[in-house]
Amino acid sequence: MKPAPFAYHRPATLDAAVRLLAELAPQDGRVLAGGQSLVPMMAFRLARPAHLIDINGVAGLGDATVRDGELRIGALVRHAAFHRPAGGGPLGAMLAAVARHIGHYPIRTRGTFCGSLANADPAAEWCLVAATLDAALRAVGPRGERLIAARAFFRGAMETALAADELLCEARLPALPPDTRWGFAEFGRRAGDFALAMALAAYRVEAGIIVAPRLGVGAVEAAPRRIAAAEAALAGQAPGAAAFRAAAEAAMAALDPLADAASEPQYRRELAGAMVYRALMQADAPPGRPG
Amino acid sequence: MSEFAEIALTVNGRSYPLRLEPRRTLLDAIRDCGLTGTHMGCEHGVCGACTVLLDGEPVRACLIFAVQAQGAAIRTVEGLATGDALHAVQRAFIAHHGVQCGFCTPGFLMLATAVLEREPDIGDDALLDVLSSNLCRCTGYRGIVAAVRAALAELRGGRT
Repeated sequence: MKPAPFAYHRPATLDAAVRLLAELAPQDGRVLAGGQSLVPMMAFRLARPAHLIDINGVAGLGDATVRDGELRIGALVRHAAFHRPAGGGPLGAMLAAVARHIGHYPIRTRGTFCGSLANADPAAEWCLVAATLDAALRAVGPRGERLIAARAFFRGAMETALAADELLCEARLPALPPDTRWGFAEFGRRAGDFALAMALAAYRVEAGIIVAPRLGVGAVEAAPRRIAAAEAALAGQAPGAAAFRAAAEAAMAALDPLADAASEPQYRRELAGAMVYRALMQADAPPGRPG
Repeated sequence: MSEFAEIALTVNGRSYPLRLEPRRTLLDAIRDCGLTGTHMGCEHGVCGACTVLLDGEPVRACLIFAVQAQGAAIRTVEGLATGDALHAVQRAFIAHHGVQCGFCTPGFLMLATAVLEREPDIGDDALLDVLSSNLCRCTGYRGIVAAVRAALAELRGGRT
C-alpha cells in the first residue's frame, strides 16, 4: 500500500503549472489536486505517475464566484465548499444537497470539484451535475485555452476530452432560474460508497405543465448523460406520479447499464428507474423546501 | 529514482525536520516523528483511522503526501490532552464506552474534535453522517455517537 516513487513539483502560478505539465505529461506526469482518487490509486499502484504536479499552491484557483449568469468553480474549490449554498438560488441549494453524498466529510475537505470531473469516475456526483446542467469546462494547455462542453467532455469511464498536457482550471455551471424545481437521488450500498445509480432532475412549471426539463443519470453507464427520451416524456406534462413514472420508464429503456461483479445490468437499470422517479418526486415536493 | 526532500512539519505546535521521499504520506511522516497515536489502517482512504486535523479540517493523513503538508498546522491525538487533563472528547469516549479495542479511536477523536470546533450546533442526522466517515468494528458506533453528543452538550454548556 505504498505509492511508487515519483518526482514532486509544486508550481506557484497557473503559467508555471501549464509549462510543467507540457514538459512532464509525455514523461507520465500528472496533476495532483485534492488527491482523494489519485492517491488511493497510487497506493494500489493502479497509477504510477513518474511526476506529480501539485497545483495546491497555485494562486487564483480557489474561488467559486458568480459571473455572467454562471457559477465559475476554480480547480482548487473543495467539495466541502458546497456544504453551504454557493452563489444562492436553486443551483446553490442543489449543489449543497449533492455534495452531502460525495465520499465522507474528511474526503470532502480535500477533494475538488474540478478534480472529480477530470477523474471522470462513472459514479462521480459532480460529473452528473456537469452533464445534466451542460457545464462548460475551461482547459488550459501549451496550445492555449479552450472551453469544452460537458457533453463532449465525458468520453467514458475515467476518460475525458482533456489532453494529457491540459489542466482543467475551471468549471462553469449555468445559474438556474429562481423557479427551478430540482431533485437528486442516489443508491449506494453504504453511506459514502460508490453509487450504483443516481439521477438529477431539474425543470420549471408554467401554467401547470413542465417546461425545460433536464434529466441526467449517472453511475449506470460509463459516463453520466442527459436522457433525451426521459426529458421528452416530461415536457408538456403536468408534474406528478404519472409523468414521473413515464420518464423513469423512458430512462430505463434508454440506458445501457454497466455490468460489474456486484450488479447485473437489469438490476442497475431498475435502480436507475427508481432514482429517476425519486429525483422527480423530490423536485415536485422537496422535503423541507418550499415547492 | 525519486529524490529525498527536506521538509519541516508542524505537529501539535512543534516543528519536526524530516528527510523523506515525496511518496511518503503525511501518515507515514507523522509516525516517523515518533507520534504513533495516529493509526495506520487501510492506507487508501477508507477506514479513517489516520484522521488528523490539517489547518483545522479533518483529513485522511494517508491521502496527502507529507511534502504537501509543509506550512500547515497539523494536529494529532497526542495534542488533545493538556498535560494529564484529558480533552472533553476523550473524557466523553471513556464515559460513554466509545472505545473498545482502541484501533479506530485516535481517528474518531480527531473527527469528533473537528465537529466540536467547526460545527458545534450540528444536528443529529448530520452528526451520524460525519461519524459514518470512519470505521469501527467493535462498538457498533452507539457508544461513539453517545460520546460525541455528550461532548457537544458539554461544549454548549449543558453538562450531561
